[in-house]
Amino acid sequence: MGAFKVFRSLVVDSLDTITKGSKKYHLWMGFLTLVMLIGMYCYSIQLEEGLSATGMSDRVSWGLYISNFTFLVGVAAAAVMLVMPTYVLKDIDFKQAVLIGEGLAVAALIMCLAFVVADMGGPSVLWHMIPGIGVFNFPNSMLTWDVIVLNGYLFINISIPFYILFKHYQNKESKKSVYVPGAILSVFWAVGIHLVTAFLYQGLQARPFWNNALLGPRFLASAFAAGPALIILVLAVIRSFTAFKIEDKTIKKIAMIVTVAAQINLIMLVSELFKEFYAPTHHSESAYYLFFGLHGKNALLPWIWTAIPLNVLATVILTFNKFRNNLKVLYFCCFMLFVAIWIEKGFGLIVPGFIPGPYGKIVEYLPTGVEIGVTIGIWAMGAFIFTILAKTAIGIELGELRYKGKKA
Amino acid sequence: MSDNKKWYSLDLGLNNRKESSGSCGCGKSKGSCNSGQKKEEELSADEFYEAAINASIGEERHRDGFEQVFDVKMDRRSAFKKLTASLLIGAGAITTSCSVTAGSDTKEKAQIDWEEQFKGNYKLMTDEEKQATINRLMRSYELRTNKNINMTAENAAEDVLFGYAFNISKCQGYMNCVSACVEENNQDRNSEMQYIRIHEMKDGEGFKFDKADDNYYHEVPAEGHFYMGTQCFHCDNPPCVEVCPVQATWKEEDGLVVIDYDWCVGCRYCMAACPYDGRRFNWSKPEVPENEVNKNQHYLGNRMRKKGVMEKCTFCVQRTRKGKNPACVEACPTGARIFGNLLDPNSTIRWVLENKKVFRLKEDLGTEPKFWYFMD
Ligand code: SF4
Ligand code: SF4
Repeated sequence: MGAFKVFRSLVVDSLDTITKGSKKYHLWMGFLTLVMLIGMYCYSIQLEEGLSATGMSDRVSWGLYISNFTFLVGVAAAAVMLVMPTYVLKDIDFKQAVLIGEGLAVAALIMCLAFVVADMGGPSVLWHMIPGIGVFNFPNSMLTWDVIVLNGYLFINISIPFYILFKHYQNKESKKSVYVPGAILSVFWAVGIHLVTAFLYQGLQARPFWNNALLGPRFLASAFAAGPALIILVLAVIRSFTAFKIEDKTIKKIAMIVTVAAQINLIMLVSELFKEFYAPTHHSESAYYLFFGLHGKNALLPWIWTAIPLNVLATVILTFNKFRNNLKVLYFCCFMLFVAIWIEKGFGLIVPGFIPGPYGKIVEYLPTGVEIGVTIGIWAMGAFIFTILAKTAIGIELGELRYKGKKA
Repeated sequence: MSDNKKWYSLDLGLNNRKESSGSCGCGKSKGSCNSGQKKEEELSADEFYEAAINASIGEERHRDGFEQVFDVKMDRRSAFKKLTASLLIGAGAITTSCSVTAGSDTKEKAQIDWEEQFKGNYKLMTDEEKQATINRLMRSYELRTNKNINMTAENAAEDVLFGYAFNISKCQGYMNCVSACVEENNQDRNSEMQYIRIHEMKDGEGFKFDKADDNYYHEVPAEGHFYMGTQCFHCDNPPCVEVCPVQATWKEEDGLVVIDYDWCVGCRYCMAACPYDGRRFNWSKPEVPENEVNKNQHYLGNRMRKKGVMEKCTFCVQRTRKGKNPACVEACPTGARIFGNLLDPNSTIRWVLENKKVFRLKEDLGTEPKFWYFMD
């Protein structure tokens, strides 16, 4: 009963916090709302016309939505890189970063689910997928595994920070014995969501571009580069706009993680390229299409040739301590890395899987305006959710938000 | 030798041909051979146990999905309906069905829509439930267009496994099969959906699918070319079925790989998993002019689809389960297409498999297509 009262007060208080803020904050939230509305309008067009409103076709049947979904699973999984040292290894540096990281994971997961729903042909019959009411093809379909791990991860990442904030809100210390097991579980879980998502593609013998044992590990490496890179950027923004103190040391430690992951990722990229191009077979055609174009069809060239140099450049710069420890350079590198991996793990992974088709037919894919609108709308939704979560969390951590029930 | 196989392989019973041809001497080429019934009398202990369970709680075991959960008794079901309806005010179907002024037809239509929206997966339905849903679908079509259609829910016959063979030497690329298929199966005319693709290849280059043209508009047969058709191969170990998150697609007893269009959620995972370009998706609302609709339909076959669901070749389940050939086989003027029951030792398809040098596409993937190619 008491806990419920505290919870109500927390909701009221956080509503209060998120509706108040500087002018910049209001502008930011207003802007996101506008973009979300545009996205919703685009989605309504898609609902009305069917998926023909997108650029997808029988030949390339997954596109921008699934690309973003794949990438965001990686971002979500990356929160774990911060969870581990903070909660388990008692490395205090990360303490503040971790709440932000988990908030990011929650936002990313909600975006993932939104992208999957946006990609469905029949969103009105999605209840067919609910275990118990519908038919859940478990364990045969990797998609059902993905549904389970993503929702489980969402649950973990909501409950751990919630527990901690809830305690802090009441001016109590959170108990280690409660959240440490959860944190350890989420570490394994994060690896799980990533591998399972990779297996979604890796398990298809029909698509040689995906049917490759390196896909899963590469997913992990790129995720652990792109996710923390995003966290660094977010921390940089938070640092300059709020009173929330984040030490340079913390950011530099995360930068270390980004660097190592980016290096491993690059090694795997080289291994992949070697396999595809040293002794090219029929199965290398998708890679050929991606990097050089096939039979004059080369829609992906500008993308991949943006991604690869950015990736290499960022990794090389990060490798040198002198550059990495310069925050300006670091932020810039993180941004480059984030964009590069977004292209590579999104577009550059999903689309070439379908090109050339099972019989060698090459039909290209370009997203339509509606599709891009929905995508940007979902990203705005993610940013919106994250801003709310972060603002509440920061409020509590700074002590601005406190339960006053007892004193009053 | 075959005991330690590492991968799946299709069992046609070719090795124990002697016995099977001995047990079935009726000479019928299609399923309803009665001599197969003998087997039923010799139940093993396990089978007996199974049958006993089925007889007692059989219905319960097959129940799944919304219908199966809630449709236990009429009163519980209608109670649930009322409950949900109050939650869903604003949904067109409900408001109409609750409206006093709406005509009885409109009400009935709304009632049907409602029940169709929340029915279970066809694969798990009992025969009565199957019958009920096709009755609703037929009635719904009548209410909408004032025309009658004839839909069946015929199950697979026993001792039947359908297979297909394609004679590359005979095919001239006329594409009569393609148009017959479109007409037979009520495919969307706007997007010109076609299940069959005919690949035109150059003589002397072998099977170069990547260089082939599967969308030609010139006079055939073109000089120096040969033709090869592809469609869904009804794999015996179909990857498309494995990946479906809701079991909206499955392999029937007679080997047909089918889709419940009403259960499919449109995720297109099966499409990514199919190595043979066998599946087609309804990217927009499929349209067929009323006067061109083929009114002899099967629930799993050529009934009308809606937007956002998967579909594909069903070997014309509405025809083949009635003992007819698929439309493409019938339409082919050259006799390049051969269809029949693989388990019937006297069928043409068996003759082809045993006497021709047959091959299948991408055998290395272990999908075991039931679609063979051969040359004269
Ligand atoms: S050809 Fe494709 S769609 Fe048809 S059964 Fe095989 S995998 Fe499934
Ligand atoms: S598109 Fe339909 S049939 Fe195919 S996997 Fe998804 S739900 Fe199953």
